[in-house]
Amino acid sequence: MADPRIVIVGAGPAGIRAAGALVAAGLRPILLDEGQRDGGQIYRRQPEGFTRTPEQLYGTEAARAVALHESFERLKPQIAYHPRHLVWNVADGVVHTISEGKPGQFAYDALIIAAGATDRLLPVKGWQHAGVYSLGGAQIALKAQACAIGRRVVFLGTGPLLQLVALQYHKAGAGVVALLDTSPFRRQVMALPKLAARPGMLVKGLRLVGGLMASGMAIHRGVTPVEIHGEAEAGVTGVSVRLASGRIRRFDCDAVGLGYHLRPEAQLADLARCAFTFDPKTRQYWPEIDAEGRSSVPGVYLAGDGVRTQGADGAEISGALAACAVLADLGRAVPEAERAALRARARIMERFREGIAEAYPWPAHLAADLPDEAILCRCEGITVGEVREAATGKGADEVNRAKALTRVGMGRCQGRYCGHAGAEIVAAASGVPLEAVGRLRGQAPVKPLAISAGESQP
Amino acid sequence: MTEPQRSDVLIIGGGIMGASAAFFLRQRGKSVTLIERGLIGQQASGTNFGNVRRQGRYLPQLPLANRSRAIWGRLNEMLGEDAEFLPSGHLRLAYSEEMAGRIEQYGRDARPYGLELQMLSGNVLRDRFPFLGPEIRAGSYSPLDGHANPRLAAPAFGRAAKRAGAVIVERTEVLSVEQEGGSFRALTADGRVFRAEQMLITAGAWGSRLSQQFGEPAPLVVHGPQMAVTEPVPYALEPVLGIATTIPEEIIYLRQVKRGNIVFGGGIRGPASAETLRAYVKPENTLGQLAQITRIVPALRRLNVIRVWSGIESYLPDDIPIMGPSARVSGLHYAFGFCGHGFQLGPGVGDVMAELIATGQTSTPIEPFTIARFASKATNQTGGHE
Amino acid sequence: MGGSGQARFVRLGETGRARIAVTVDGESIEALEGDSLLVAILTARGRLRRSEFGPEARSGFCLMAACQDCWVWTADGHRLRACDTPVRAGLSLVTEQPDMSWPIPV
Repeated sequence: MADPRIVIVGAGPAGIRAAGALVAAGLRPILLDEGQRDGGQIYRRQPEGFTRTPEQLYGTEAARAVALHESFERLKPQIAYHPRHLVWNVADGVVHTISEGKPGQFAYDALIIAAGATDRLLPVKGWQHAGVYSLGGAQIALKAQACAIGRRVVFLGTGPLLQLVALQYHKAGAGVVALLDTSPFRRQVMALPKLAARPGMLVKGLRLVGGLMASGMAIHRGVTPVEIHGEAEAGVTGVSVRLASGRIRRFDCDAVGLGYHLRPEAQLADLARCAFTFDPKTRQYWPEIDAEGRSSVPGVYLAGDGVRTQGADGAEISGALAACAVLADLGRAVPEAERAALRARARIMERFREGIAEAYPWPAHLAADLPDEAILCRCEGITVGEVREAATGKGADEVNRAKALTRVGMGRCQGRYCGHAGAEIVAAASGVPLEAVGRLRGQAPVKPLAISAGESQP
Repeated sequence: MTEPQRSDVLIIGGGIMGASAAFFLRQRGKSVTLIERGLIGQQASGTNFGNVRRQGRYLPQLPLANRSRAIWGRLNEMLGEDAEFLPSGHLRLAYSEEMAGRIEQYGRDARPYGLELQMLSGNVLRDRFPFLGPEIRAGSYSPLDGHANPRLAAPAFGRAAKRAGAVIVERTEVLSVEQEGGSFRALTADGRVFRAEQMLITAGAWGSRLSQQFGEPAPLVVHGPQMAVTEPVPYALEPVLGIATTIPEEIIYLRQVKRGNIVFGGGIRGPASAETLRAYVKPENTLGQLAQITRIVPALRRLNVIRVWSGIESYLPDDIPIMGPSARVSGLHYAFGFCGHGFQLGPGVGDVMAELIATGQTSTPIEPFTIARFASKATNQTGGHE
Repeated sequence: MGGSGQARFVRLGETGRARIAVTVDGESIEALEGDSLLVAILTARGRLRRSEFGPEARSGFCLMAACQDCWVWTADGHRLRACDTPVRAGLSLVTEQPDMSWPIPV
């Protein structure tokens, strides 16, 4: 029997560990990655010619990053690695790629999607101004290009990345004006029992908080974002928030890093027709998986932050577990002891993930309270008020209907950054539960597809 | 069980046909209830290309298309909402001499129906439409055709009908329909009963499921149109463009909306299912369209596609719809199976069906569309439009 | 401040890389080898483009090729996603979307 064709999408921690486990079982998987180099976003490698040390780049996670990069170098000759390959669609057992403008196809018997995460965003009035970046974007500017997004930067939102990036900026010598966290401190205290599932990570987190306290930057927790001030040409000029005390305070700045933790990049799972389920704790739909990453579709497996936001360590475990599931389902020998150990560790990762979600909750009420004039969809310039009007005046109490009537989520980003807030606004305005307003259906292409790709058919 | 809901006319299916019929029936003073399984205009009516095109149609359909075009021209005023109708002109293009000859002949044949087309070729064509690719030999220009936004049109009709007094019942599936004691009865999945003196079935791909309950099945098959849209670019492509060809892979049509996005479709149709309510765009079909679209407008090669979609369209073997009275049951009417070209006709179909239901006749000829053409000889007894 | 004429990004290190020249809106700027187009432009200018549907300048958002906010144009009208396209010497870029006037050279 010919060796099974196993395609892995994404060369971050999950994809690399999946590939490693398959190679260890004597297989040669195909690894497709959009990036120039392996590592994904979290362990993203700086371009050739950059000289910072792993410690400077990855901080406390340097050893893990280096271990992953080294594993990958050893794996490379044993896998079919295709960097700079965007998977733009999947159908009928074939993934469709674009590379250097040319379309390609990879048929699979098993598909492991490890597509990673992007920032979860909540609009604030004025977020369309130049100089507002996602937190992940602010971090990439520093990690991949040794740049700060501005001279005086405010970090606004919530989640572990908010504090990490603020401290990374401070340590790198950037001007950080303030860290403004919507989560009250008590939520983090309340989440301690779950966060203690990973004592080492908890200690790192506490050191991070200590580092921030010592940095001298203004830190406010439990804030309510009011507005990002700006001018059409000059971009961001300041941020106003209501502090926990109730007082409104303005911070002058020329850049904002904005984010509310992460959301899975689940478009490919959607195009592969995987079933989704509503998670009431994080208030979002995500793909259904079993304990080893099997989706609802036979032969399609989901791993890493592209399905559950567990972070890099959890991604490594879930990638290896998905490979075990593939081996088991293909009737191959599975390293059972390792599989059991991985499953035990995966449970710890999941408990910690829940703790993080509780410590830094998605502030749904802020979406419902956005002013009508705030831009909701940055791509298309659709306001909160337009979506509310469709919900209340035109009966659009479901997100795809609101999209059809207002264009919200129809732009270039395909609803990645407005989708969650848009759903909250539709739900609040219609008076129906968030679960009932549904989710934006995934539509190909996963990212824009050049029309010139039609000139070189496979 | 509560008392059955009663009205003069019960419409089953809230696409653009049903929604516009509800609106025009209210204008004629009839009480109307429209039952829709999902939301108004959600299926083929909301996912099609958005062509408001008359040229190229089956000639005996032109009177209906003309009537519809007249309504499109006053749609915003009539409905109080903007369905983004743009009378931008429509240009039907040919690569070959043979097809150029055919579209020229069509122009002559269409004239008696009141459709004036301008045949253009060579430098005249290129001077007027400088974006066209070198393979284009000739074009037929229909100055008063154009395009509109399918996501908005049917819902706008539905809301206008509701404001005018129609009862619009969404998210309600009709399980069975029957005639009982001279009136019609529909039973819904949630156990409600709706009664009316007359019934209109405008259920698109699901039309035959209902018509067969009256002994008139129709040989409907479903396909998914393969649609796509580019990122927005400055508005510069005024007419709707479409290729006239006998090669399915070559079929392509495109339009630019005022906001700037270019919408296109065509080529091989995709899979769709009336059972699962799903329709898909095949990746290879999208790639095939990309290769075709630059033959019409080469400069589009610089743009990106940002989204593709499909819908559930129903087709009949002769590629024309079912429209008109039942051939078996008095008071029963049909308008479904529009074979991928129903959007332009929608307002006219609603107007004609309302006229037919309210007065028993219509000034617009629709005989070719009778469901009787699919009846077996044994059951084809009444056959008529009394 | 921070407008099209003023740099948005601040370099915090890695400045020993080779210098290369690119043109932005007709003016020559200095970039470093290994820069993305986004960084090359924003370390010299305040914006990448303008919103199609609002008055404001745009300067990218996610930097990981997901948001599609950072498309710029070459002087001859081709589109490039600035955050994941490495800079090359001699590139000529514009931050205003060219009109679709016909015929466009292909």
